[in-house]
Amino acid sequence: MPRRTQGVGAVVPAPATHAHKVMEVTMIASEAVQERVQIPLAVETLSAERIAYLEGLVSQARTAAAVFSQFTQEDVDRIVKAMVLAGLEQAQYLARLAVEETKLGVMEDKVLKNMVATEFVYNYVKDKRTVGVIREFPERNLVEMAEPIGVIFSLTPITNPTSTVLFKCIMAIKTRNAVIFSPHPKAWHCCSEAVRIMYETAVKHGAPEGVLACLDSPTLPDNAYLMKHKDVGLIDATGGPGMVKAAYSSGKPALGVGAGNTPVYLEKTADVSTAVVDIIVSKTFDNGTICASEQTVVIDDEIYDVVLKKFAELGAHICNEKETRLLERTVIDPQTGYMQPLAVGQKATDIARFAGLSVKPNTKLLIAPIHGVGREHPLSVEKLFPVLAVYRAKSVTEALRVCVDVNHAGGIGHTAVVFSRNEEVIRKFGEVINAGRIIVNSPGSVGALGAVYNDLVPTFSFGCGTGGGNSTTDNVNVFHYLNIKRLARRTQTHMWFRVPNQIYFNMNAVENLRQFPSLSTIIVTSPLLEQIGHVDIVRRHICPKTRVHVQVIPDAEPEVTIITQGVEAFNFYKADQIIALGGGSVIDAAKIMKLKYESPEADLEYLAAPFLDLRKRVVQYPTEKINRARLIAISTTSGTGSEATPFAVLTDKARGRKVTLADYSLTPDVAIVDPQFVMSMPKGLTADTGIDCLTHALEAGVSNYASPYTDSNAMQAIRLVFKYLPIAYEHPRDEEARCMMHNAACIAALAFSNASVGVNHALAHAFGARFGVAHGRANALMLPHVMAYNAAVPTKFMPSPYTQGYVAHKKYAAVADLLGLGGHTVDEKVKNLIQATEQLLDQLGFPKSIAELGITREEFERAVPDLASIAFEDPSGRSNPRMPMIKELEELFWKAYEGRGVAKVDAVLEHATV
Amino acid sequence: MIAEFLNIDETRVVQALREAGDRLDGTEGEVALDFSSVRRIDPSALLALEAFAGIADKKAVKVVLRGVNIDVYKVLKLMKLTPRFAFVN
Repeated sequence: MPRRTQGVGAVVPAPATHAHKVMEVTMIASEAVQERVQIPLAVETLSAERIAYLEGLVSQARTAAAVFSQFTQEDVDRIVKAMVLAGLEQAQYLARLAVEETKLGVMEDKVLKNMVATEFVYNYVKDKRTVGVIREFPERNLVEMAEPIGVIFSLTPITNPTSTVLFKCIMAIKTRNAVIFSPHPKAWHCCSEAVRIMYETAVKHGAPEGVLACLDSPTLPDNAYLMKHKDVGLIDATGGPGMVKAAYSSGKPALGVGAGNTPVYLEKTADVSTAVVDIIVSKTFDNGTICASEQTVVIDDEIYDVVLKKFAELGAHICNEKETRLLERTVIDPQTGYMQPLAVGQKATDIARFAGLSVKPNTKLLIAPIHGVGREHPLSVEKLFPVLAVYRAKSVTEALRVCVDVNHAGGIGHTAVVFSRNEEVIRKFGEVINAGRIIVNSPGSVGALGAVYNDLVPTFSFGCGTGGGNSTTDNVNVFHYLNIKRLARRTQTHMWFRVPNQIYFNMNAVENLRQFPSLSTIIVTSPLLEQIGHVDIVRRHICPKTRVHVQVIPDAEPEVTIITQGVEAFNFYKADQIIALGGGSVIDAAKIMKLKYESPEADLEYLAAPFLDLRKRVVQYPTEKINRARLIAISTTSGTGSEATPFAVLTDKARGRKVTLADYSLTPDVAIVDPQFVMSMPKGLTADTGIDCLTHALEAGVSNYASPYTDSNAMQAIRLVFKYLPIAYEHPRDEEARCMMHNAACIAALAFSNASVGVNHALAHAFGARFGVAHGRANALMLPHVMAYNAAVPTKFMPSPYTQGYVAHKKYAAVADLLGLGGHTVDEKVKNLIQATEQLLDQLGFPKSIAELGITREEFERAVPDLASIAFEDPSGRSNPRMPMIKELEELFWKAYEGRGVAKVDAVLEHATV
Repeated sequence: MIAEFLNIDETRVVQALREAGDRLDGTEGEVALDFSSVRRIDPSALLALEAFAGIADKKAVKVVLRGVNIDVYKVLKLMKLTPRFAFVN
């Protein structure tokens, strides 16, 4: 016949004679001692009837939890408030029951504990959201939402029995969970009463039936069975290490909180009167049963005698050596080294009587001096009764060392206390002690409970971290009873548009040099430019009275030795202005010289470390500068755009490698885009650099980092290239064409400095380096194929928070519209753009294929796997709209080898329907 | 073919399910229960629904639940009851 589970209202099948037929449990007075016994997880000893009973409990709890999931925040808050009021109402009744049953502690203190467990906990949880959306972080686009756990199996201790139950009931209802309690067998009656009061109140106010239950005559096999039950979502084990270990060993998610051994450092600057009272308050509270209470007080030598005198004045008995020996033999088990159960939660006078000590009748606390920590010093362990060890320390170092020793003698992760006015000492104590709660200038036990002496979260379960075998160091609270879901919205990531401070353009823009005052200017340039008079033009426009030195460097990718020589010159002339006059290589050299001149400690190789996102890169460029110099870049080619970019390439011949530097601090302060310096560019260079510029713009346009700011520049540059490059190529002296191409190069640089480039550059870098092909020419060989590739449906999309959907083909189509190429559909427009690009390349005399360069198929075949691998690693590819697969890069190389042709591109475009 | 179509009133879910269970004797094929007005389900209603599913199983009658709101659906999911029913909007 079914019967009501004792203590709760849930109906479960009756076990036959389970109460006494299951395994014998050694009844001892303290769970703290009991739980050091290994709790078995085997359940063979359970009878069929008992299993049916346990299954009934779980089934009810599971149903209740499922139904509870429909409740609103208002529903649970209403129920919780009623439960809290009921708990407060019954605080004394439950405290009395607890003391009568357990014979531990002080009734009046247990009343306070019950009130803290209800009123203080309520005060903490009342405004906390635990249903639906619980927290919002609008600035991070994050929303946290609550998901109940379901069924919680909760073990509660003998030392704080009813308060722990009240606390856990409130947490469970607040979080819409169901709980099955397994109280310590010696505290079962008071705990089941606490559960009954909470349960009946909860159901009366609308909670689902079966939401709280208490095991009838709990046993270790019951615990083992429930800990492994498939429908139990979480084990919350408040107790000693054995219980915690069993919980963690069950394979279930568990909150296991356990024993402590609280060290206290009473440092010489402390307010001794307050400290002594606080320690007495704490250590005598409920006869020391709170595991956060003080265990060993380490006292500075300077105040030791004063402190002990104060303790004695306020009702402590200071033991002499002989009394200490008697005491330790009585309260500490010599076999295990742990406290004796008979002493737990007893009064100081009773303990004194057990030990045969003669103390005054009003003695509150027994204080025993010790001279070390460990088994040879029995009283240095946890003592959940009003016996306190004290240690005289000769120095701060010694005091901290002893505190660490106590901390590691069974108290890792739990609680520690420091009394001091010296902030440095307090911080150091906090650093060296491993405790979830480090209580400062207040009582340990009541302090650790939270919300009384400090702003810690009120709790009756102390997380002890990994040191204590626990999963948390927190004061366990409602948020540990929830699965917290995070609703992460797409973030509109901050972007940037960083360019030189000033850009002067059009014919004779170099005249603007005059406005930059300088005492010492160095012109970095190439031999040719000095020879043809460009340097003289620049000199003429430098601010009068400026001392000018010309540093001539080879017109090739800068090497380390060139940089070093340049920096030496900068230092010698105490340069405050650098004018880089040349192509990309010269300007790159000047950028690196400036970096090393301003920050000599800069390690170029270190700064070239790879990165994925500029703003999250590991390596930061130096901000401390010993020199300052303005960098003015005057480009003498119309393609690289180095006068406006934050990039520089360095060749380290000694190590046979290139170092690419990228940082906005490298961007020149001033760019001068004066076409008079490009009027004499040969046709080949005009074509190569012009196509480099076009590639910059096209790749920046479809880049994953593209923004409206870069798009506007990219589009304008493309328009200028298509219009003016053929003219500049055919009519080199055409000022307008030269001027517009020079502007186009800088404008494209503004785009790709911020949006980066793509796979075309990755392929060109690898191919150009391997076969000695000029950069612009290598770009030209790849360009139509890469456009077709990016316009097609990607085999693999590139993850990018900056873009919405795949738009590369649409952006190519927009370019086609800008150029007036015609077409009705996106596909047609893309095709027309590729065709127009090919026509432009033909017009500029570029080879149609890699084969045309005289590279044999066999030679190329051998090179392709390496080239694809190198191109894949090139950072340029990371901003490409389509994630390049190595196999695809090989195919692109082969397309470039075979040569361009619209027919070949068409096959790819068939799929461009995203 | 839906042989029976029953509205379930939130205020008397248990009773309605018991009555529906009694009527299954003469039913063939499937029975549809309209849960549109049930905003929340309690433990007794869950037990009744589980019992109803058991009876329907024995009589090889398919049970279709119509208009089950997502909160109630989640309760059924937590109780692992969803495979025993068909759901329609």
